[in-house]
Amino acid sequence: MSELKEELKGKIIEQLNLEDVSVADIADDDALFGDGLGLDSIDALELIVMLDKDYGIRLSDPKEGRKIFESVQVMADYIEEHRTK
Amino acid sequence: MVSLNGNVLFSEVPITIGTEDFSTFIKNAYKFLQTDYSKFFKMDNLSKLAFLAADVLLKKENLNEEEEENNIALIFSNKASSLDTDRKHQAAIENDAEYFPSPAVFVYTLPNICLGEISIKHRLYSENSFFIFDRFNAEHLQLYANSLLRSGKAEKVLCGWVDLDENSYEAFLYLVEKDGEIEHKTEEITRLYNIL
Repeated sequence: MSELKEELKGKIIEQLNLEDVSVADIADDDALFGDGLGLDSIDALELIVMLDKDYGIRLSDPKEGRKIFESVQVMADYIEEHRTK
Repeated sequence: MVSLNGNVLFSEVPITIGTEDFSTFIKNAYKFLQTDYSKFFKMDNLSKLAFLAADVLLKKENLNEEEEENNIALIFSNKASSLDTDRKHQAAIENDAEYFPSPAVFVYTLPNICLGEISIKHRLYSENSFFIFDRFNAEHLQLYANSLLRSGKAEKVLCGWVDLDENSYEAFLYLVEKDGEIEHKTEEITRLYNIL
């Protein structure tokens, strides 16, 4: 699980072009949206594509992302449970 | 190289316009010019170029970006449209077996998106438009900007040419107002553009 969380942090930084943010800067429970990393709606769509591409998880309703993308911890839990690759 | 009113603000060696690696150039220029904007690195390359050029120019205007709306119109133009980003999106949708287009790339597959980025940062709520020409068209900029100023649709107009395709790029912007120091005429616009 901790390996997956580190992997997710790296992917979030790379795919969302978070300049000057390192893996060590993101705590497992940090909020990804709002006051946390300050991600926006386009970032949410990008994360939905990442779930599909890298873990074989398809979200039919983008609103589902709101809960899943709460933090790296919540994301990792969801991926562990639902991943197909 | 980045210059304002003829004064070089930032340059990298070698100083050969259009041959530097764009990513390195824009990142270094952004940091050197202390452009503090968290969304900058999420933009596509055309928007980064337009945003940075506009930011250099508008910083000097000391606009109130907290409370007021700034009545500055935008008239931009280029030759390559958003082709640089269009190609990236095309590459992502070519393979049916690996069909994962990036929403963050797709939103930049129009050249006028860069005007939105500038308008958000500097709170510009006036008219904006982006034109595609074969070459720099001073006459069009002059006619359109003068029309906006004459009709009172804008107090000032940020005009220019922001063109980018891979590592070939150039940005030339100027701000025009009703009673400016230099007369806004085609010959003068062309002369200033050719100094680049």
